Amino acid sequence: MQKILTGNQSAAWGAMCARAQVVSAYPITPQTTIIEELADIVAKGLLDAQFIKVESEHSAMAGCIGAQAAGARTFTATSAQGLALMHEMLHWAALARLPVVMANVNRAMAPGWSIWTDQNDSLAQRDTGWLQYYCESNQEVLDTVIQGYKVAEIVNLPVMLVLDAFFLSHTYEAVDIPGQERTSEYLPPYKPSIYLDVDDPHAFGGIVPQDIYMEFRYKMQVAMNEALEAAEQADRDFKTMFGRGYGLIEPYRLEGADYVLATSGTVTSTARSVIDDLRDKGHSIGLLKMKLLRPFPVELVRGVLAGRKRVAVLDRDICVGMGGIWTQEIRNALYHLPEDQRPSVYGYIVGLGGRDVKPETIEKIALDVQKRPIEEGEQVWIGLKE
Amino acid sequence: MAVSYTKYLRMYHMPHMWCPGCGIGIIVKAIIRAFDALDWSTDDLAFVSGIGCTSRAPGYLDMNTLHTTHGRALSFATGIKFARPDKHVVVISGDGDATAIGGNHLIHACRRNIDITLVIVNNNIYGMTGGQYSPTTPVGARAATSPWGNIDIPFNVSELVKGAGATYVARGHVGSGVQLERLIRGGLTHKGFSVIEVLSNCHTQYGRRNRIPDAIDLIEHISKSTVSVRQAEKMSPEELKDKYAVGLLHQDTERTEYCDDYNKVIEHAQLER
Ligand SMILES: Cc1ncc(C[n+]2csc(CCOP(=O)(O)OP(=O)(O)O)c2C)c(N)n1
Ligand code: SF4
Repeated sequence: MQKILTGNQSAAWGAMCARAQVVSAYPITPQTTIIEELADIVAKGLLDAQFIKVESEHSAMAGCIGAQAAGARTFTATSAQGLALMHEMLHWAALARLPVVMANVNRAMAPGWSIWTDQNDSLAQRDTGWLQYYCESNQEVLDTVIQGYKVAEIVNLPVMLVLDAFFLSHTYEAVDIPGQERTSEYLPPYKPSIYLDVDDPHAFGGIVPQDIYMEFRYKMQVAMNEALEAAEQADRDFKTMFGRGYGLIEPYRLEGADYVLATSGTVTSTARSVIDDLRDKGHSIGLLKMKLLRPFPVELVRGVLAGRKRVAVLDRDICVGMGGIWTQEIRNALYHLPEDQRPSVYGYIVGLGGRDVKPETIEKIALDVQKRPIEEGEQVWIGLKE
Repeated sequence: MAVSYTKYLRMYHMPHMWCPGCGIGIIVKAIIRAFDALDWSTDDLAFVSGIGCTSRAPGYLDMNTLHTTHGRALSFATGIKFARPDKHVVVISGDGDATAIGGNHLIHACRRNIDITLVIVNNNIYGMTGGQYSPTTPVGARAATSPWGNIDIPFNVSELVKGAGATYVARGHVGSGVQLERLIRGGLTHKGFSVIEVLSNCHTQYGRRNRIPDAIDLIEHISKSTVSVRQAEKMSPEELKDKYAVGLLHQDTERTEYCDDYNKVIEHAQLER
């Protein structure tokens, strides 16, 4: 079935196809319509799910954690301040190894108050043990919800999928909805190996002494490593079944390119057209779309970027005191390449607080990276006002 | 003498973002009138809010203002009061901000009896985020999150804060600006934690879903749901059902104030040294 949907509605329909059983959420702009759409879907009888309406995001995630621990497939969504308020619970879901799936609508953090997009909210949660997927289109949002459950439930780790405020969350696009039946062929019902079971009681969340805590964390790391393989497989299987795949990263017109732009989120779509133009004009430049942030696809990124001259990373975020977060991630992944294979990595800060990243902005970066001296490439702010 | 409102407003922020006819405007006016009547310098005032339509007020008032995170205004305000106990600290908060996400801070501020004045704009709904029900939405009322009527039992905000230990509790409504100003003034001059609950209209998010989409009609509806404290005393619980007593509901001038108590601890600790 095809429908014209916003990015937010697409997230809701993804949860519908995946048959989420418990939804626990708190409203925040620009996330609100995800939950409204899902409520509508439930009210129409298209999804059999329980809603928990709570008094804060902290409780929203706690509700998901409780329901998931009781053996249910759960879904929630939030944004910015709400995600930050969840922080304690994000660690909890991951460390308790509960495969909760959540959509986060990227919105800039306050103060100053903003409802517009940038990625600092989700990137700041990088170290909580959640998988993180960044989406470029509404179809990708829906598909990533479904793939997210698949991967989460294999490795027992939670998944956050991320979409840009307004550019995706509130814009419409034709979206294919696979429906519950076809989805269930891909994604079987959630059957946790252990859960709160009255017939076989377990105690969760107890104190863990020094002699075993570290092993718990190691197991998480192992699971994250496995998640990489699981995510690739899930994407391949998805493609076989539904005809759509995204990869964990996507090289675009990279054949023989000396220079590479690395992007994530909706900036990628704009960058595609810029790259098309520049390629036609004879520039040796291509695009690398970053989809998965955690686990970071180190080998894939290394493989694609080895032997290039320079990489310009577009960061719609800023880790104050160090620079763009994607820049750090990519530069780190390339460190072990032999010197003659290792491109220099330039960090470009763009579009914070929802400032438009126009084709001209991207073209400027694409030209800049080809000539800027390396010592000036650590952190370049684009479009700053005087 | 006529109040010069522009003296208290950041006119460069006009026009404001509230819907035409929104009760928050009436409440901010009453607050300004109360400040003016007391002849307090705006330099001695800190005005704090969380997030919501209500919480836009500090953007418009020309004094020391702090627009903070959802539900936490009282925590920020407590910090301000502790740093500058000599200044007047006033907080404005929506029903969601104050009693849902910020409910915990609310009861503890009451319990401590810190000298802060809190104005709660109770419009029975989350206005800003699109009309989700709040902890004060009446049973049966429709909201974005209760399209078939709310089933959660609402808080009686004034009773809640009284029970939690607030030493000045008053309820006003947007249908009576003069009374409202008097109640707010009483709260401002009260030493201790004072709460003024204001029954307000959000015709846009609440009214439209509950068949009272017009601002004036909703204000009238609210007015009709109120009875004076004196009248209420003479009414049976049956008669008082769905009615709200307005006026000064509770005042305790005996209890000591938190900053004072704290100073005594400091004095005591220094003596012991
Ligand atoms: C942590 C967090 N969660 C959610 C929000 C989104 N949010 C902004 S205002 C609001 C509700 C406001 O309702 P209320 O306090 O009743 O004020 P009103 O808008 O009715 O004046 C919410 C949920 C937020 N800003 N921060
Ligand atoms: S939405 Fe409601 S509370 Fe907000 S400004 Fe409009 S009428 Fe007022």
